[in-house]
Amino acid sequence: MKVAVCARESHINSPVDQRFGRCPYFVVVDVDSGDWEGLPNTGCHSGGGAGIQTAQLLVNAGVKAVLVDRIGPNAMEVLARAGIQVYEGISGTVSQSVEAYRQGHLKLLSQPNSPRHSRRGRS
Amino acid sequence: MVVAVASGKGGTGKTTLASSLALVAAEKGKVIFLDCDVEEPNGHIMLKPRWEKKEAVQVPVPEINQEKCTFCGRCAEICAFHALVVLPQEVLLFPTMCHGCGGCWHLCPAGAISPGWREIGLVEEGSSEGIGFVRGRLNVGEAISPPLIEAVKERCRPGELNILDAPPGTSCPVIRTVKGADFCLLVTEPTPFGLHDLELACEMVASLGVPCGVVVNRSDGDDRLIRQFCQQNNLPLLLQLPHDREVARGYARGIPAVKVRPEWKEYFAALLSFIEEGGCTGARTGGAQREGRHGQDYRLRESGRTGSR
Amino acid sequence: MLADCDVDAANLYLLLDPVVKSASPFYGLKKATINKEKCLGCNLCLHLCRYDAIRPGFVVDPVLCEGCALCYHACPCGAVEMMDHVAGHLFHSETRYGPLVHARLGIAEDNSGKLVAAVRKEARRLAEEEKKELIITDGPPGIGCPVISCLSGTDLVLVVTEPTFSGKHDLERVLDLAEHFGCRAAVCVNKWDLEPENTRAVESLCNRRRVPVVGHLPYDESAVEAVKRGRPVILECSRTMEKGILALWDQLKALLN
Repeated sequence: MKVAVCARESHINSPVDQRFGRCPYFVVVDVDSGDWEGLPNTGCHSGGGAGIQTAQLLVNAGVKAVLVDRIGPNAMEVLARAGIQVYEGISGTVSQSVEAYRQGHLKLLSQPNSPRHSRRGRS
Repeated sequence: MVVAVASGKGGTGKTTLASSLALVAAEKGKVIFLDCDVEEPNGHIMLKPRWEKKEAVQVPVPEINQEKCTFCGRCAEICAFHALVVLPQEVLLFPTMCHGCGGCWHLCPAGAISPGWREIGLVEEGSSEGIGFVRGRLNVGEAISPPLIEAVKERCRPGELNILDAPPGTSCPVIRTVKGADFCLLVTEPTPFGLHDLELACEMVASLGVPCGVVVNRSDGDDRLIRQFCQQNNLPLLLQLPHDREVARGYARGIPAVKVRPEWKEYFAALLSFIEEGGCTGARTGGAQREGRHGQDYRLRESGRTGSR
Repeated sequence: MLADCDVDAANLYLLLDPVVKSASPFYGLKKATINKEKCLGCNLCLHLCRYDAIRPGFVVDPVLCEGCALCYHACPCGAVEMMDHVAGHLFHSETRYGPLVHARLGIAEDNSGKLVAAVRKEARRLAEEEKKELIITDGPPGIGCPVISCLSGTDLVLVVTEPTFSGKHDLERVLDLAEHFGCRAAVCVNKWDLEPENTRAVESLCNRRRVPVVGHLPYDESAVEAVKRGRPVILECSRTMEKGILALWDQLKALLN
């Protein structure tokens, strides 16, 4: 089963990244075999809607779960509808976070834990 | 006549100028104040209108027929704004990301998408001390303001003085507000910040072909930086409002500048005369006409009524 | 290490006298251009464009073009090309106080959240490279995507407010946001003596929310004068203002440790 982790770099010992939509990479780990691969996050280059595009990327990649620190409502909706589970509480490196997931230390999210990022800012 | 009041950044005194201008103009003729800052309107704090009418504004949005859909993913691929996600058995729409471009319903290979409507905000009308008042209020969570701004501008009345209070900055909503105006007043402050943002604002107004003039708020009497800039760029420096603590206090409490300092009225009156008597040279883009497709693509519904499109 | 994340109105550099070391282009959504050689003049693009961006003579106005690419997909003869569009620039400069990363977004450009992310990424990278322990970021106003982009991974956010009607309302919104992000907040009231009653209201609000008020800066003409001369306020302001700023810094240092 494949699990994706938000990461700063493209390898298993990379520090994790706090942001779902704008993290530069995902590290996709097969928790059964231990194999992993880096996946560049094309969503992070979006102007708006980075979370949505990132979620579409992961749907297309066939992952069954995503490990995050923060995730917004749009991305959460896509993943939930696609039947992809989301766990929060990553820290340290990708491999440490996957281990925490395996041990059941991460929390399953049913709601986004980050507010709407819509473009209602003032210029 | 349509006069826009804009600035390169927030906090320079745009609403201060626009509201006092409206009060002075109302002493001589018919005026309407149109608050185009639909994300954070604040003109009503100064002019305190009595509300008379309210209408919802709708914009186009795709409606997906999930039966006809083949889940090919084309719509999600072409949507530049990431409003569509295609899952194996379902297409998801994020309506607030949608810019209403129509790409998806024009290009769906299965003809499974058609245009529908959704509400993005309200246009409210009222009056205050003889000044007509219009404002747009964007619904919380909406990101697209231009169609609502167009709906507000639709309420401009020919033959009257229409004052548009623009949003701050130089981004898309400001462009949509200033586009087609007969004249644009740019408010600035006599600091390097003010100058820097004035430069950006001038570039924006010039790209729209709208003639403009500069107003300095919190003037120190000299305003050297701004004066030099105006001279170098052939821009009229039309008014310098002095730095005044009482006026600042009044603003903090929602009292317009000309009510705190009635002696300033003659300066605002002079400014108005300048604009009305021919400050508007240069290319006009037909100010009273509807501008752009947005003007044709929104429609109004009295709020509270449900029903067919 | 300094970063100016107010990319829509980046003006920190005006007070710091920076020397620009490098500039790199920042790309936004691609915009349409029409290749006149291939164009048949069928008017389909004109008819389809919802932003009135196609001018007479089949020229696309890049200020009005929103980059939706409908014309590109629909054109029967492939005359429309979507071109990389430079939406702004990212700069790395040197100042007397340390390196400064700043950016400038072009007129009518969107995508500020993305540019903010780019500024922060560059600031982080440089801070690690040059072993700088503290990154001070001049943040964007409001509560939208650019602000969120800034808050993520920040240790402390100093919220500057004024004792006005709209100031208090906006303060609540920013504090909500910081709370959501698990980001520690502290508040500084600028021009506090303009409306002492409103200042007290701000203080009770912060008290209720357990957010420390770490600074009170007076309404001070000397500060404005300093800014007009393009100088950092603390170098040229009155004693009262200077004391206020130093007290603020002391409080912040304590919070950061």
